[in-house]
Amino acid sequence: MTFRQPSILPGFGLTLGFSTFFLCAIVLLPLAALVMKTATMGWDDFIRVLTDPRAVASYRLSFGASLLAATLNSVFGFIIAWTLVRYEFPGRKLIDALIDMPFALPTAVSGIALTAVFAENGWIGQYLAPFGIKVAYTWIGVVVALTLIGLPFVVRSVQPAIAEVQRDLEDAAETLGAGRITIFRRIVLPTVMPALATGFTLAFARAVGEYGSVIFIAGNLPMRTEITPLLIVIKLEQFDYAGAAALGFIMLTMSFAMLLSINLLQAWGRRRLVAAGR
Amino acid sequence: MAGGPSKEVLAEIASRPGRDTVVSSIVKYVLVLTSLGFLAALLFAPLATVFITALSKGWEMYLEAFKDEDTLAAIRLTLTVAAIVVPMNTIFGIAAAWAIAKFEFRGKSFLITLIDLPIAVSPVVSGLVYVLLFGAQGWFGLWLQERDISIIFAVPGIVLATMFVTFPYVARELIPLMQQLGNDEEEAAITLGAGGLMTFFHVTLPKIRWGLVYGVILCNARAMGEFGAVSVVSGHVRGLTTTMPLHVEILYQEYNFVAAFAVASLLTLLAVLTLVIKSLVELKRK
Repeated sequence: MTFRQPSILPGFGLTLGFSTFFLCAIVLLPLAALVMKTATMGWDDFIRVLTDPRAVASYRLSFGASLLAATLNSVFGFIIAWTLVRYEFPGRKLIDALIDMPFALPTAVSGIALTAVFAENGWIGQYLAPFGIKVAYTWIGVVVALTLIGLPFVVRSVQPAIAEVQRDLEDAAETLGAGRITIFRRIVLPTVMPALATGFTLAFARAVGEYGSVIFIAGNLPMRTEITPLLIVIKLEQFDYAGAAALGFIMLTMSFAMLLSINLLQAWGRRRLVAAGR
Repeated sequence: MAGGPSKEVLAEIASRPGRDTVVSSIVKYVLVLTSLGFLAALLFAPLATVFITALSKGWEMYLEAFKDEDTLAAIRLTLTVAAIVVPMNTIFGIAAAWAIAKFEFRGKSFLITLIDLPIAVSPVVSGLVYVLLFGAQGWFGLWLQERDISIIFAVPGIVLATMFVTFPYVARELIPLMQQLGNDEEEAAITLGAGGLMTFFHVTLPKIRWGLVYGVILCNARAMGEFGAVSVVSGHVRGLTTTMPLHVEILYQEYNFVAAFAVASLLTLLAVLTLVIKSLVELKRK
């Protein structure tokens, strides 16, 4: 087998060469530096950095809050996508466009804005404070920030899948006596499931690495409200490059795993569509 | 749908009485209100807060914030970085999309995965890798020090980190679009004697125009708004290496809320503008 199939179009060498060179210079070389830096540490040092109690506490917060945020997004993102696809109400188009806002909004802006809203004297925080619920500067604030960041991933993944659900199947099920919940469970959910799982993973992957919006609302107390990316920044500020590299390496490995599972989930979704004859 | 009932018939069936039961309208209102409530708390309230806090001391104080030398320097730096990063990544995106969409070669899907990689990497790690490469203890640290070149804690580092973070944006818009459009017209142009560049500018570019605009504005929005990666490499030298998002952080930590939210409001307007252009592009595509 040859490297490439023949084509009469020009520019293969030039464009592939340029993009591969640029990819190597901007992305792969720096990532290699991270891997090499981690490799120069001894195995014992590597383990010691990773199992440091402060690091372990940060994984717990980063992963726990991200899981919770992605779960909240799956529930509310599904409901939002459903209302946008199925119902007509005033302002629907505008809200549909605004769903992408967390993508476009700089994370520092969402960070300070959420902190202002959820602080004890903020618009929403003041109604939660009497119940003893503190959002800003606690782990709940971290979950709130990560939920905002991940929302568009779920809505945008699920929206086309909901549009794919065959209404005539729902109608047929209804005439055959199926209740709402049965229709949802047996017809809607199976069609939407791969997209929902993709959206969940995308939101989770984004949340684990998120930095800007979280550091303003988290309070950043060691062992309590310190996320892993912040710990990397702290280690860099202390010139502990090896420690920062070790934590960065773990996060990079996580990113690879996430990317892989997202690709697998999307392949699953495509197979589902093919199996359904579309 | 050929042979099925026409749209009018379907609309007529949908409008027949008895289709909307009491329960189904209750379900509808509950779901719509849940959606709106969730978005109001998480998205609309924060957006409104930005502008209300920025204007809380009146227009004069708002405008005063933009007279500050350091704020102006931050705006200039952000524009400079975007002016370097966006064209570079656009050229890369077009080249990569041409190679990937127009030709069949081995390792193509691996190449696509590598291009997508920066999207999945944490912004902090994106900054960290450049510190490990060019920082004082990095691979090229000593070499750069001897020649008195600073990359980390200086503008070149900010440009590089921003480039890393926004690397895939144009390419991942163009690749699926060009794959979907196919090669027939380009092959016809080449057969008729057009050169490569002529084919690109007269045949391919008009077809992918809107997709390109879409990718470029997303790339630009992320480039101007990036915080984490830039924060790691910037060194936070006020007025010198702070971009707008970093300047927001500095003002916020100084409890200068009006100024912090004033700069934030500018970034919010940028995001709104991005979404408006995006919606227009989507309309054009249809």
